[in-house]
Amino acid sequence: MVTNITNLGRSGLSDWLIQRVSAVILALYTLFIVAYLLFNPGLDYYTWSGLFAQTWMRIFSLLAFISLAAHAWVGLWTVTTDYMKSTGVRLGTQLVIILAIFVFLVWGIQVLWGA
Amino acid sequence: MSMLQVSIYRYNPETDSAPYMQEYQVDTQGRDLMVLNILEMLKAEDTTLAYRRSCREGVCGSDGMNMNGKNGLACITSLSDVVKNNKLVLRPLPGLPVVRDLAVDMGLFYKQYERIQPYLQNDEPAPAIERLQSPEERDKLDGLYECILCACCSTACPSFWWNPDKFVGPAGLLQSYRFLADSRDTATQARLAELQDPFSVFRCRGIMNCVAVCPKGLNPTRAIGKIRDMLLANAT
Repeated sequence: MVTNITNLGRSGLSDWLIQRVSAVILALYTLFIVAYLLFNPGLDYYTWSGLFAQTWMRIFSLLAFISLAAHAWVGLWTVTTDYMKSTGVRLGTQLVIILAIFVFLVWGIQVLWGA
Repeated sequence: MSMLQVSIYRYNPETDSAPYMQEYQVDTQGRDLMVLNILEMLKAEDTTLAYRRSCREGVCGSDGMNMNGKNGLACITSLSDVVKNNKLVLRPLPGLPVVRDLAVDMGLFYKQYERIQPYLQNDEPAPAIERLQSPEERDKLDGLYECILCACCSTACPSFWWNPDKFVGPAGLLQSYRFLADSRDTATQARLAELQDPFSVFRCRGIMNCVAVCPKGLNPTRAIGKIRDMLLANAT
């Protein structure tokens, strides 16, 4: 068994499952947003903010944001462990990535619930 | 056009500061020879050329090498399979340290093979004659036991190139599943526990290079998928 402490779930199996479930959620969210834009030509601010004022849309969006954060971490963690052989560079990059994901996630929640 | 242009990776760490490609010309007299035949002809002329070979019929797995960009066994790969524009480029298996010319250090490959404990483990008392299997149970080992450990698959796998010390690789995982699928093996739980980390199995990205190059026509990607299914069934 290979020990690793910087991957998302400490287990390759849980990372693998999270990656797949989050991919399905992101695909559904993307399809929904694209379909919504296609079926609402000439979309104005009030319709758009009305959509995000509804609780189910906020839950769906938050689910998509969290999925994106988890998906990005699993994927980029894999990239860093493949290509960065220097521990300092790899750990530094991982910290920058996790910080960026954290900032974007909190920012996304603020946008979603702030207005 | 009967003279085949052959370009071979040469490196002798005792005399060369860096590897280089050496050009040869071989008269095949229009015959569709195996790549190993070409190497034997060149070896007769240039005795410093180093490569491994033994059975010359695709059984021992010694002469795995990279021929015109694709891994395979030189002894069962005909010129018509690989030669394009009358040119043959031979390189050692990618990703492993070169000992000399086309011979690579297989240490990491064997280390990963050793790690999956490639032998039957059974903690029940041994029966008087032998442990029996039904024909159906035996069928599950088909497509797994035939591996000759030539390393063509693992050295065609980018995940193994980047993490050969952590990722078991397609050859090792095919053998791992060979014992996970064996009805006589009772160490299944211990074997699975060794594989659930983020590297050993899950570094596989399913690009199927291993399937594309296997000279025995085996499918390590399918075996890796079966291991994942067992891990998932076990942990959810």
